[in-house]
Formats: sequence, structure tokens, C-alpha cells
Amino acid sequence: MAYDKFTVLQSTAVPLPIENVDTDQIIPARFLKATERKGFGDNLFRDWRYNNDDSPKQDFVLNNSIYTGKILVAGKNFGSGSSREHAAWAIYDYGFRCVVSSFFADIFKGNALNIGILPVTVSPAFLDKIFTAIEANSNASLTVDLPAQTITIDASGEQESFDINGYKKHNMLNGFDDIDYLQAMREEIRNFSGARLI
Amino acid sequence: MSNAVSTLFDKVWDAHVVRKIEDGPDVFFIDRHFIHEVTSPVAFLGLESRNLSVLFPEHTFATADHNTPTINQHLPVEDPLSSKQLKALESNSAKYGISHWGLGNPKNGIVHVVGPENGITLPGMTIVCGDSHTSTHGAFGAIAFGIGTSEVEMVLSSQCIMQPKAKKMRINVNGQLSKAVTPKDVILYIIAQISASGATGYFVEYAGDVFENMSMEGRMTVCNMSIEMGARGGMIAPDDTTFNYIKGREKAPKGEAWDKALAYWKTLKTDEGATFDLEYHFNAADIEPMITYGTNPGMGIGISKSIPKAADVEGGASTYAKSLSYMGFGEDEPMIGKKVDYVFIGSCTNGRIEDFRAFASIIKGRKKADHITAWIVPGSHIVEAQIKEEGILDILTEAGFLLRQPGCSACLAMNDDKIPAGKYAVSTSNRNFEGRQGPGSRTLLASPLVAAAAAVTGYVTDPRELLEA
Ligand code: SF4
Repeated sequence: MAYDKFTVLQSTAVPLPIENVDTDQIIPARFLKATERKGFGDNLFRDWRYNNDDSPKQDFVLNNSIYTGKILVAGKNFGSGSSREHAAWAIYDYGFRCVVSSFFADIFKGNALNIGILPVTVSPAFLDKIFTAIEANSNASLTVDLPAQTITIDASGEQESFDINGYKKHNMLNGFDDIDYLQAMREEIRNFSGARLI
Repeated sequence: MSNAVSTLFDKVWDAHVVRKIEDGPDVFFIDRHFIHEVTSPVAFLGLESRNLSVLFPEHTFATADHNTPTINQHLPVEDPLSSKQLKALESNSAKYGISHWGLGNPKNGIVHVVGPENGITLPGMTIVCGDSHTSTHGAFGAIAFGIGTSEVEMVLSSQCIMQPKAKKMRINVNGQLSKAVTPKDVILYIIAQISASGATGYFVEYAGDVFENMSMEGRMTVCNMSIEMGARGGMIAPDDTTFNYIKGREKAPKGEAWDKALAYWKTLKTDEGATFDLEYHFNAADIEPMITYGTNPGMGIGISKSIPKAADVEGGASTYAKSLSYMGFGEDEPMIGKKVDYVFIGSCTNGRIEDFRAFASIIKGRKKADHITAWIVPGSHIVEAQIKEEGILDILTEAGFLLRQPGCSACLAMNDDKIPAGKYAVSTSNRNFEGRQGPGSRTLLASPLVAAAAAVTGYVTDPRELLEA
């Protein structure tokens, strides 16, 4: 599925200073029964966000109206566990375009990039600075500049650069995906397959 | 380059690179692709919307497992959403010419159990599935890992995905395992040492005499949980144990093709002197039967130990406190003697015949504890048939247990097998995340022996005591 291009994103952010957020928390298994990619945002962080009677849990950050924005900032080892791409869909569908953490689980990172969410890995110290800035002022904005590969806390001007491989960067900037690339290689793949032993 | 020493991982990886992209991932060829009802429907929609065909339908295998019921499988599936997913899998498979082992098919079962069991999984292959425990197949010396739905679409349409090559880690465990220490304990121990994220970015090779002496089923249990320390996957070099397991299985090569394959498979091992980015060494004698007390698989301890104090645990104290409070446990409490409500034996981690044999070895001659609800779920119909043939069913029945039908069941609780909120389950599955086994459920991961001990006593119990009897 092609997605929106990503260049420079300036936005306020939603803080989730919890470590090891696994994809079962991002979207619990019982919401994986759809046969279409629709409506997952409503169930993002379902069990942290709602009580059993579907009333919102007041202490969860998504229910706190002072925090808004297209950037989710989370603790270390974000997206561990199940490979469900539904976790990335839920984050995208809710309205986030970028997730910032000091460490991402591999599969989540790949899934995010495949659907147009930019995972930005920062140092633990910079992550703390972001949390502190948002805590001090929920309107504090961040600027994620993909062409320059930098993330900036706008109020203080503190900045860090982040890594992304050139191929993925090109895709994100243009809204291309891997399927387009692979389709163009079908003949080469057929030949490769023909030469395989098993 | 060709004379250079290399690792098992390098040998298999390099043989599958169709194209290298500069400053980008490799275009990586996939030999075997498994699909199931939950992560494939959107991929098929994607194919349709782009008007793409399936390039090699004969390399993809479909089985229904994630949300299938484990009783009365002959009846129509009641949950309308599950039923819709199952039908989508069936019709998509039919439309694109993919072999489909749906509900009721004698070959049906959990995807990572049926692949090896039918000889689809072979050494030296690359294997993917939209399920993170695809790492199971690494037990055969294959590169196997979980992928997302976009990648399922890529494999269907091009038999390739785009992957950066992972870093390499080797985990060596040598020595003699003690009594009642099973492959599940070995992997829970390793994860507790390395942490739930300690192998992120790596592909792991397990080496040492503990794995050399392990059965194929045990190796599958170990490789299965590689993902629980963040690894992309885990693998073990194929040897005679592997070849003997594969020989004669339905889809395994036969005759001349077998000889040719075997000659190749024998080359699949890490050369002397090859290097890894990171290496660990553990001593088998240090491992005791394990159990988890927290909400990630790295939070495991020897069953006789007490829950660690926050001060002794690496990582955020608030995350640790949140986890213990979810579990209803406190620092420094012993695990032995904690009351258990549910016991689940099954899943792609411990749902094979050896697991039921182990379970039965403790159950035999005893009775299920009155307050325990036990879900005993074989990994496949083939395992179910073995349970019956070997007389294990009789042992279970005499002890007051019921055997259910195959599927993922309470491993992820997408069907009706949900542990109720606040209840404790000793589970042979692979994840103890909050709500993994049902909203509010509390999971203690353990081996089939520890599960059996809990099932007959109703409490967390050291299985060594019951085996001595
Ligand atoms: S048993 Fe559990 S881990 Fe294994 S495939 Fe099923 S849901 Fe995934």
C-alpha cells in the first residue's frame, strides 16, 4: 500500500515513558480479526486506554487532552513481541507519523517503515531531554527533518541526528514502497529461482 | 572471498541474495512461505488492488490456526469475524492455487508445528511467515523469521523481501543439563540472562553440546523463543539428528534428490575460526527449571528462587513496579507455593509429542487439582493422533484432564480460550505480556514439567519433587 510522503514534520508529541512496550499492548490480539486495514486506531493501546466497560482510563496519556500531535515518544525497546503489522497500522490510523524511542524492536521498525511511519532512534540522554521538555510544556514541539536526518526540540534548539538507510529514506521521501521495487525485478527473480537447488 | 571462513548464517543468507542494494537492504529470496488467517487477508487485498499475481504459489502453504476453536471443530465457527478470516484464507488460497490445510483437514495445526512435521521445513532454506515465532524453523539450520503483512504481500507477489543482513551472535551452552531441566528451561534461562531486548538486531546461532544432544523437538522449542530476546531468528547447524528427523517425511526430498540435498546440508555449519559480532557462553549446570514472574519473557528465574528486587534489575524501576503490580507479586517473594488457576499446555513452543510425554510423566497416577482449569491443546492433528496412539490420552483422562483439538488457543487468546482477568496461568507458550492470554490475565511461562506439577498440585511446584516420587 503506497503511503503519504514524509519530508519534514513539525508537531507536538505524545509522551509514553514506558519501556518494552510490546505489540500486544499496542493492539491486543482480539482486535486482529479484521480482513481489511480499517479502524485500528480506535483500538490503539486498547487495554491501557479503556476500562472493561469501555470508559476511558483517565490516567492514560491518550486520554489526556493536553497531549496531542503526530509524534509518539516512547521508552526503550518499543514494539517488541508479535510481528503483527496491525500495531503499526493502529499507530498510523490514530494519526501518528513518527515514533521516537531510544531503541526499537526489529520487526516493528521494519513494519513501520513499510507503511510510512518514521521510526527515529535517539540516544537515551536525548530521549530524556524530550520527555523533560514535553513534561515542562505539553505544547513543546519537535521537528523531524528526514532529508537532514535530524530531530530538534524546537524550544531549546537541542538537536540530534538519526540513522536511516539510503534506500528506505528515498522510499519515505517519495512515498514508494518495496512492492513497486520488487515488481520491476520479477524476471531477475525468476532466473534466480530457476538456478536454486531446492 | 570463496575460501574465507564463514558462519552457518552467512552461508544460508548469501545463497539467497538476489540483488544487493547500495546503502539499502538485500533483495532476499524466500524458499518457503507459510500463511495463516490473521496476517494474510490484507496482503491479498493489496495484491488485488495492484492487480498482481502470486509468483510461485507452490512455495506458499496455508494453515488455519490462530483463531480456530479447540473444541467441536466439526461445527461451523461461531465468531463471525473469525469465521470471515478463515473463509478469506480458504478462498484466497483457492484463487491463487496455494495449498490450504484448513479446519478439519487431517494435516491442520499450528503453522510452526505442521511445517516441520510434514517435511516442508528443510535445512539451508529461507522461511518466512507473518508470525514472529517463525524462528522455530531455524532448528533445522534454516534462516526463518517473522514478517509483517506488507512483506507477506511482497513474498506472494515476488517471492522476495527486502532485508538488511542482521548482525551475528552465537550462544554456546555446554555441559550436562540437570534433572527436569528441559529445552524450554534452557531458552528461558538464556533470555533471562540476555534480557528481552538483548539480541535485537542479531541473528543467533545456538551451539555447544547441550544443543547437539537435544532432540529436534527440543531445538524447535529453543529456536522458537529467539524472538523473545529480540533476535531476528535463531538457528542450529543440521546434523544426523536433523537428517533422521526429516527422512521419509511427506514433502522431504526422496531418492536421488535426497542424496544431493544431504550432501549440501552437510556443508551447513559454521567454519572453524569464523567470527561473530557477539558471543555468549553459558554452563548447563547453572540452569534449573525456570518460571517467569513478570510481563516479558526476560523476567524469568529458577523456580526455587525469589522474585528479584527492583534494585537488582537492569532497566527502569517504574516499568518494573508496573509489571509486578500487574502480576500481583512483590519483590523478594518466592515463586514456589503461589496459587495457580489455569494450566495451558500447547502452542508452537511446547505443543509437540515430546511435550505431552513430559506432561504425562508427572500426571501419571495423580489427579488434576480441583481448582485448576487445564487446557491441553496439541499443536496439530498429527500430534493429537500420537497422543492417542501412545496411550497418553488414557493417562490424561484418568487424571481428570480433557484433550482439546489443535490450534494456537490460549497462546494468544484470539479464540474462546481466554484466561479470565486476574487469574494466574502456568503456560507452556512463549509470551507473558499483559493481557496476552486474555484481558487482565497473568501468565507464568514454564516447561511442560512445571506446568504438570502445577496442574496436579494447584500451586507453583518444583517438578523435581514429583519426579523423585
Ligand atoms: S502458538 Fe502462539 S506463538 Fe505459535 S503461531 Fe500460534 S499464536 Fe503464534
